[in-house]
Parts: sequence; structure tokens; C-alpha cells
Amino acid sequence: MLNVSIYRYNPEVDSEPYMQDFQFDAEGKDIMVLDVLEKLKIQDPTLVFRRSCREGVCGSDGMNISGKNGLACVTPLSAAVKKGKLVIRPLPGLPVIRDLVIDMTQFYAQYEKIQPYLINNTPAPAIERLQSQEDRAKLDGLYECILCACCSTACPSFWWNPDKFIGPSGLLQAYRFLADSRDTGTEARLANLDDPFSVFRCHGIMNCVQVCPKGLNPTKAIGHIRDMLIRTAT
Amino acid sequence: MANIRTMTFDAVIVGGGGSGMRAALQLAQSGYKTAVITKVFPTRSHTVSAQGGITCAIASDDPNDQWQWHMYDTIKGADFIGDQEAIEYMCQTGPEAIFELEHMGLPFSRTEEGRIYQRPFGGQSKDFGKGGQAARTCAAADRTGHALLHTLYQGNLKNETTFLNEWFALDLVKNSDNAVVGVMALNIETGETVYVKSKATVFATGGAGRIYASTTNAHICTGDGIGMALRAGFPVQDIEMWQFHPTGIHGAGTLVTEGCRGEGGYLVNKDGERFMERYAPNAKDLAGRDVVARSMVLEILEGRGCGPDGDHVYLKLDHLGEETLNAKLPGILELSRTFAHADPVKEPIPVVPTCHYMMGGIPTNVNGQALTIDSEGNDEVIEGFYACGEAACVSVHGANRLGGNSLLDLVVFGRASGIFIEQQLREGIDLKDPSEADLEAALAGLNHLNDSTGGENAAVLRAELQTIMQNYFGVFRRGDFMQEGIAKLAALRPRIKNVALSDKSNAFNTSRIEALELQNLFEVAEATAITAEARTESRGAHARDDFKERDDVNWLCHSVFFPSDKRVGKRGVNFTLKTRDAFEPSIRTY
Repeated sequence: MLNVSIYRYNPEVDSEPYMQDFQFDAEGKDIMVLDVLEKLKIQDPTLVFRRSCREGVCGSDGMNISGKNGLACVTPLSAAVKKGKLVIRPLPGLPVIRDLVIDMTQFYAQYEKIQPYLINNTPAPAIERLQSQEDRAKLDGLYECILCACCSTACPSFWWNPDKFIGPSGLLQAYRFLADSRDTGTEARLANLDDPFSVFRCHGIMNCVQVCPKGLNPTKAIGHIRDMLIRTAT
Repeated sequence: MANIRTMTFDAVIVGGGGSGMRAALQLAQSGYKTAVITKVFPTRSHTVSAQGGITCAIASDDPNDQWQWHMYDTIKGADFIGDQEAIEYMCQTGPEAIFELEHMGLPFSRTEEGRIYQRPFGGQSKDFGKGGQAARTCAAADRTGHALLHTLYQGNLKNETTFLNEWFALDLVKNSDNAVVGVMALNIETGETVYVKSKATVFATGGAGRIYASTTNAHICTGDGIGMALRAGFPVQDIEMWQFHPTGIHGAGTLVTEGCRGEGGYLVNKDGERFMERYAPNAKDLAGRDVVARSMVLEILEGRGCGPDGDHVYLKLDHLGEETLNAKLPGILELSRTFAHADPVKEPIPVVPTCHYMMGGIPTNVNGQALTIDSEGNDEVIEGFYACGEAACVSVHGANRLGGNSLLDLVVFGRASGIFIEQQLREGIDLKDPSEADLEAALAGLNHLNDSTGGENAAVLRAELQTIMQNYFGVFRRGDFMQEGIAKLAALRPRIKNVALSDKSNAFNTSRIEALELQNLFEVAEATAITAEARTESRGAHARDDFKERDDVNWLCHSVFFPSDKRVGKRGVNFTLKTRDAFEPSIRTY
């Protein structure tokens, strides 16, 4: 039997959050953490978490699994159970709505701040805008972000300044548009980021890189943005 | 009741996936007050899981490609019950819709010339089936749905669409004219119910693959729009037509794109034989999905399946080389390693046909207007009510959808619905307000659930429903089995109606949502079952052991399921093309 300890909090019932222990029989199978939660929800229908695609592409089920942020649907028990125990908490640093569901408003607000859409005010051609394979390759490792918030909620700089520091996810997306050969908004984008907090609160701790379930590297993207800001300033 | 809050919009779209966000974008760009109600944050919608691409004759791979060839393939793929007018519109308008997405920033993969990369997909041909395999599916690696969905969300942010994220639509609100005047919706975070009033209500609620035990579909694909339409007394069309994707990962159900076979992968049985050569000598592994899925099941039934239980076949990719796989199919490598514990660079992926797509849905015209059928058998527009995407049956997929046509359907008809509603709004829409009783009616289901005492667990009932559908209404169907399945569903109905809701709390109560979703799933399942039993022929995805042949005399038509008396009617297929003579039904081989 596996001991599963889950963070519980229902604002209508509980004065404060607590950890609840469940016993779970995985029948020796290396199933995903999401499968465990689904089965526990049959036992206790009040257990609440988000989920959708169950294959690691929608970004719904980011949570803190035995101390590390990740997606429950692609985290097998073999990677999550430590000393016979599985500990599941909500992603840290943002307000909890209920159980494992966090309020992501601040996270999304930072995403919106970077103008996450292509800017190109030149008249569009009758077909697609051409882009070389080399230029397109510059977007690899950037566009795949699924907005799960595993990175930003693992970032101490984001914990301290979630209202002012864009955070790794938002900055990865900022660079996705800066790096796009079709985007003509570079100057305005950099001006929008040129303050002491938006980018420069990143201290290169690299928790974001360690936890990203898609294997992306926000720290590297932030480095590129820093370089661009410094070049623009000189 | 009198104190229920009302929010008013010009247009409300239910569903934040590809078609919903494309419709919303169109309306928001024109300055109309537009809201999207979505039960998950928009980028969590199931469009995100689409992999291989979006099929469209943009003449990148082949400068001589023609949208008419794509039209021919689609009509043939549909086994001739797709509406030809709608297919013509989709294939002709497609390039414009694709280029718009590219201009919005969709990060398509590229050719050496810098154009959008296109790959071969099943059922594609040049020159009306006479010129060999075409490569017509536009791709962003194998993450096209993700790229498309994020691009559309970004476009909507730019145009300030109102998003009611994590809100669940409960039921349609109808006025005394039987016109739709919005929806009753539940804010999942707070539990508040709100009447969202609108001059145009668009259902972009996606599919319902979760009626089956084994599906590529996300947990959220529970047919909420179909459930709401049926409860409102509106019919659904061709709902017996369910696509089983040939390559779901054995055991997990997760999708492995047809693009794998497009890039040169192929299926083998336990003897290592490339068996599709026997079933489809020309197209082989790129025959229509229904054809490939049936061939796989036959291989398994005849004892040539792989694995200790002989219950799957293998998809072989290793001969393509690591470099190609990393460049073209990076997401598949990830999924296979995670869910099949197989590294496609070195070993084959265990795959099995898995429920994937609902060809049927709410009947609409090319403007997205939802239709019902009057007593004389004529189409009648339901005022105020629209549908697009997988929830709709416009019908471009007929009895079998071609790979890559789903994303095209989403953007073309999401856009078309938006354009038409814009025009209607400009001309002025005047619908009667609903009465208190009308609002009350849209809350009845929720109230019943909230009052529940006892009853059975939603997850347990759902599993039972899924097992019935899987066992009695799968890849191969037979009348006597289906009658048994229908009887089992009938017995399940009262139990699902009385599903337990032990947790009555308001804040983010996902038990309540799952109970409501279960009721929607049931409506879809029952309509599927009754209609499948009624269609006494084999066509496209609907394959019957007791009626093995296509019957064009009796069944070259849409089925229409009427919920009030659970009757199955027929509706003519549109054979009127604007640009040429219609394609007459012919024998469908690959």
C-alpha cells in the first residue's frame, strides 16, 4: 500500500488547510499520479483538482508532487514516490481556491503583459509570410509552452514579486515573439520590458528549467532578452 | 429566481477550443460584445491535442495542387454522405483561413522555400484520385493543434474578447417562440448561476469521445453541447458515425498522429507483415481511417495481433531515422516513451484503434445556423442558435472524416459562423425575452442534481456507460448486440438521472460538474446507440456484420435523431456544387 498525502482546503468548510493521508493500492503498476488522484476521487468525491488532456499537452494539472512541480498526468509513480510516500500539494506561491486548484490570475496577467501575439503592421501578402527553416528553428523550444505555471511557481523571484516580475513562463513567450522573424514589434516589446522588475528580477536560479515538463529553458530565453535590452541601451 | 444575475452580450460562444475561438475572434474584431464560456481555460481545450496538421490545398508542397482535388478526397472519404455544398465551401475557403492563421503568428513548419510545410495524410490524392498520393496537410511539427489553439487565444486577447473561463453551460434558454436566447451557466469557482443572454448563441462544445472506454479524447470531451441540444428538444444528425483512429497507444488511448504514417511509418502484425498492403493495395497505410481501423481489428481477431494477449499491432517508425523523428515527430517520441514505454527510434509503438472523433452533431447550414426538421421534412432554422466545429454536423465529414480535416472544419466554419452572425447583428436581431418559467426550465437539471439524496457515484456510472458503448457500438456492429446495448442503456438512464452528489459545496465543486457531464454523455450515447441500430447498412465508420454492404437505395442520406420520441428520421444529402457538377457516389476503395 502506498501512502498518499494530499493538501486539502475547502474555503466553505475548513478554517485552514491540512494534509490528508490516503492509502492506495497501485497493484504494482507504475501508473501516473493523475490516475491515482482519479481513483482517490471515487473514494472521496470532495477531492478537487484540474485535468483535461491527460497526456501532458494542455497544462491543466500542474501540481507540486513530492516536492517538485510537474504535471500529474505524465509523472509516473516511479518518479514521484519517495520513501514509500507520495506527497501532493498545489503549485506554490499563488492563492489556493480549493485543494489542488490554485488561482492563476496573476500568472495569466503576466502572460498578457508581454503582448503575446504577433505584431506586424505591414500589409499581409495574399499567401503566407515566408520564413526560412533557419528562422523557424529559432522558435523551437519556445512556442511549445503549455502555460501550466510549473516554472513560474517554482521561481523564488516570482514568489516575491508576482505582480511585477513577468516570470519565466511569460518571459519565454516574450522571447518567442522577439525571436520570430515575422514580428516587427521588437522595439516596443523591449521598451515594455525595460524596467528593474519585468526581466531583471531573474537571478538565474534555474528552478524553471529543472521543472519544465516540456523540457524548455526559460532561463536561456531570459538571457537572450537581457542581451537585447543591454544592446538597445548602449 | 427573480434575483438571478443576467449578463448580456451580442454573441456568446460556448466552448473555447478552435472553432469557438475562431468564431469569437471574428466577432470581437468587428467590435461586437462577445463572450466565450468555457469550462476550462481556453488553451486546455481538446484542440490542443491535435497533432499532425490541417489539410488544405495551399499549393506549397505541390504548386499545382487544387482545392477541387481536396474536395473530391473529402467527399469520397465521407462515403458520399457529406454535404457537397459544405465540403466545397470548406476546401475553397480553406487557404484564406490558413493564411490568416499564419499572419496571426501560427508557427508552421517550413519548406526550403520558406512556405508552410505540408505532409501526406490518409485518403489524399492528386487529380481526383488518379494522380497518386498528395501531401496536403499543413503542419507545425506534430503539435499543430497546440500551435493553432494558442494562436487563436492570443488573437482573442488582442481583440479583447470576454472570457468566462471555468464556467460551465448548464442548458439552453429558449423563449416562447422556441428561439434560443442564451444559456444558463455556472461559475465553477464560485458556484454562482448566471443567465448569459445573447442574440446569437454558438455551440462550439466539441466532441464526446468519453462515451467510449478507450478514447484519444480528453477527459473534458463529454458532449455537453449535444446533451443540451437534445434536452432542449433539438435533433442531432449522423450521430452513429464515430471515428476510431487507427493508432491510439495500446492501454493508454493517447493519440499517435496519422502523420507518422504520412512520414513513412507503417503498421505490422505479429509476423512482421505490413498487412495494409493486403487490404488497400494502392494507399496501403494511408487509406481512410475507417478502412485502416477495420483492417487492424481483423488482424487481431484472426490471431495476428502482437503482444502476450495478441490485442494490438505495431506502428514501425525506427527505419525513418532519429534525425527525421526528432524534426518531424518530436511530440510522438515524447508520448510513446511516456505512455508506451517504447522508444520509437529503436522499437515499434503498440497501437490499437481508439475512439477519436464524432462525425455527427447538431445539423447546421454553412453559416453555422442550427437546423431542425419540420413535420414535412423540410429544414427549419432555429432562431438564435448556431453550432460549429466537432459539435456541429454541417456536414463535411459524412460517415468518415479524413485526417487533417478536423482543424480545417474548426477554422473555416468558426469563421463562417462569425461572419454570418456579424451580418445578422448589423441588420438587427430581435428576439423575445424569456419568461421566468423559461429560465426556470434551464435550471431544472441543476436543481434536481442539487436536491439529490443517495444515488450512485458518477465515476462508477460513467465507467458502466463507457463499457456498454465499447462492447456494443465499437468498430464492428451487429443488430442483435446493439439491441442488447440499447436495453442496457435504457436501464442505466434512471440511475444516471439520480446520480449522487454528496458534496453540495459551491467552491470549485468538480463532482457537480462531473455529474452534469455524465448526463450529457448519456444523451450522446443513447442517440448514438438508437441511430446506429437503425442504420441498416455499412458505410464509412459504421460497419455492420449483419448488413455488410453500403445501401445507397435506402441510406444515401443523413440520419436524424429526434429526442422527444427517440425517432430516427432521414434527411437528404446536399449534392449541389456551385462550381461544377456533383460527385456521384461510386465504390470506395483505396
